[in-house]
Amino acid sequence: MSSTTNSPTHHTSTIGAIGAPSRRNTELALLIFAVVIPVFAYANVGLAIDNRVPSGLLSYGLGLGLLAGVAHLVVRKFAPYADPLLLPLATLLNGLGLVVIWRLDQSKLLQAIGQAGDKAPNQLMYTAMGIALFVVALIFLKDHRVLQRYTYISMVTALVLLLLPLVPGLGLPVYGAKIWIHVGSFSIQPGEFAKIVLAVFFAGYLMVKRDALALASRRFMGLYLPRGRDLGPILVVWVISILILVFETDLGTSLLFFGMFVIMLYVATERTSWIVFGLLMSAAGAVGVASFEPHVHQRVQAWLNPMNEYKLSRSGAPGVHSEQLQQALWAFGSGGTLGSGLGQGHSDLIRFAANSDFILATFGEELGLAGLMAILLIYGLIVERGVRTALAARDPFGKLLAIGLSGAFALQVFVVSGGVMGLIPLTGMTMPFLAYGGSSVIANWALIGVLIRISDTARRPAPAPASNPDAEMTQVVRP
Amino acid sequence: MSELTLTVMRLGFLAVLWLFVIVAVQVIRSDLFGTRVTQRGARRDAGRPQQAARQAAPPQQRGQQGGGRQRRNAPTKLVVTEGTLTGTTVALQGQTITLGRAHDSTIVLDDDYASSRHARIYPDRDGQWIVEDLGSTNGTYLDRSRLTTPTPIPLGAPIRIGKTVIELRK
Repeated sequence: MSSTTNSPTHHTSTIGAIGAPSRRNTELALLIFAVVIPVFAYANVGLAIDNRVPSGLLSYGLGLGLLAGVAHLVVRKFAPYADPLLLPLATLLNGLGLVVIWRLDQSKLLQAIGQAGDKAPNQLMYTAMGIALFVVALIFLKDHRVLQRYTYISMVTALVLLLLPLVPGLGLPVYGAKIWIHVGSFSIQPGEFAKIVLAVFFAGYLMVKRDALALASRRFMGLYLPRGRDLGPILVVWVISILILVFETDLGTSLLFFGMFVIMLYVATERTSWIVFGLLMSAAGAVGVASFEPHVHQRVQAWLNPMNEYKLSRSGAPGVHSEQLQQALWAFGSGGTLGSGLGQGHSDLIRFAANSDFILATFGEELGLAGLMAILLIYGLIVERGVRTALAARDPFGKLLAIGLSGAFALQVFVVSGGVMGLIPLTGMTMPFLAYGGSSVIANWALIGVLIRISDTARRPAPAPASNPDAEMTQVVRP
Repeated sequence: MSELTLTVMRLGFLAVLWLFVIVAVQVIRSDLFGTRVTQRGARRDAGRPQQAARQAAPPQQRGQQGGGRQRRNAPTKLVVTEGTLTGTTVALQGQTITLGRAHDSTIVLDDDYASSRHARIYPDRDGQWIVEDLGSTNGTYLDRSRLTTPTPIPLGAPIRIGKTVIELRK
């Protein structure tokens, strides 16, 4: 950060505090912008599909605006110094997601297979629930350091959440991946919530243990090699993530948790060797599991030869074959640089999960490379604000928690967009805020809530001068 | 809807989307907070750092206590110079600063050698800043000596708590 040396021959720096303005009005202006863009998109979709401005324009605009307004007022009241960008960026993504889900609702093809029709109103309801959780998080979590008390409770909670889909009768395999549970008529993806709880556990655990992990090491070929017994925690997390991969057959969840741990370990200890170990271990684990677990193996095959998979699916070959990935790649390709325009693409050919896991393909086709880059940049900005919050936080727990949450967010965006674009094998996770799905939207709003709370604490100026009780109570009698 | 209108809307939407991204980046550009580092250059007299520091560029007289009680050489901030929190500053505005591993400390130390309520730094009636060890296990050191009583802090003297070193600066 700064050289604070006292040596008279060196350049010297002074460090002073900059009083942070609260930036709430900036947030409000950006928030209005972030609500207007989806309304514009909504009108655009209606004009393209039905030749008229959709009748629901006012109610959708008002609904999104109302939710954003409530969130803004709560931030203004309970976290006045919070980061001004997190809320508008998340609102914009959520709004664009709503519009594209509504656009896919209009597709006759998706309506015919029950994948669309009434998804947008549902998503608006989930958004409301997400904002409600965001509000609750901001009101009841006055100080993020309280979470530190629940380090080991968080560990147990996260493990339970991760194992829930494996409970017979509760778990629900969806096309091979067992990451869903059924409660009544709802289906929930507990992994989405587990990522927040797990970040709390990792932050609390690493804060205590990081000295042992960082200092006790030998130097070998420019790398710090940790002692054998210090490898324990990373091995345990690795084994758990491999077990998730084997039993829930979901590469995304597994990669997300192991990756988040490695990122936090690196940030906590400043040792590059952890990243090297982490990459080697995850590569070995993924290759090992893919070679004997049929579902994972099949996903890898579909990733390597999407065209072959498409032909098998079309010819009705035995086994589960999906043309989704090839259709998504065609969607990206036909979008080109500037896209086909909202409502004028054919991404509904993806059929299954076109509005959840594969929603990015619709963005790619209808907004083109230019629009997709803007969307990915908005994700990047959210992550950047999270990392900036971690840098500014004054307590190590807050630093680690902020970096863990933004790291998990970044990994999820990478895993999903990489899967849809054919860079890595496809997983069962969803794009945060854009994709249709209650668990995802609600959990990510809670994640943004926690980040806003940490950023408020980090940017709050030093407390006002308090009168010194000693000076007031004591009367000094001078002779 | 005519082809032209739809094309205009398509390009217009992309433009608006990018405008949002650019505005957001502009907000980040103007969103400076935290610590400000000012390079002063190497114009100090060798061997007299303390003296030179007093003569150097006029300090920002921020956070002054009223009533003219503030002495001319009073420190205005506390700077962490070693340890995990290196670079952290706290403005000295007459408030008591607590140091320790407890979560409610002003500076939360993440250090196995620090006690939960390790030390505090406060101004006495004359505005002189005092450091007091709060019965810590491993002690608080001013320069090389372990503190036993509340002690006034000279400007720029290192206070060591475990692996963390802090100083008061102008």
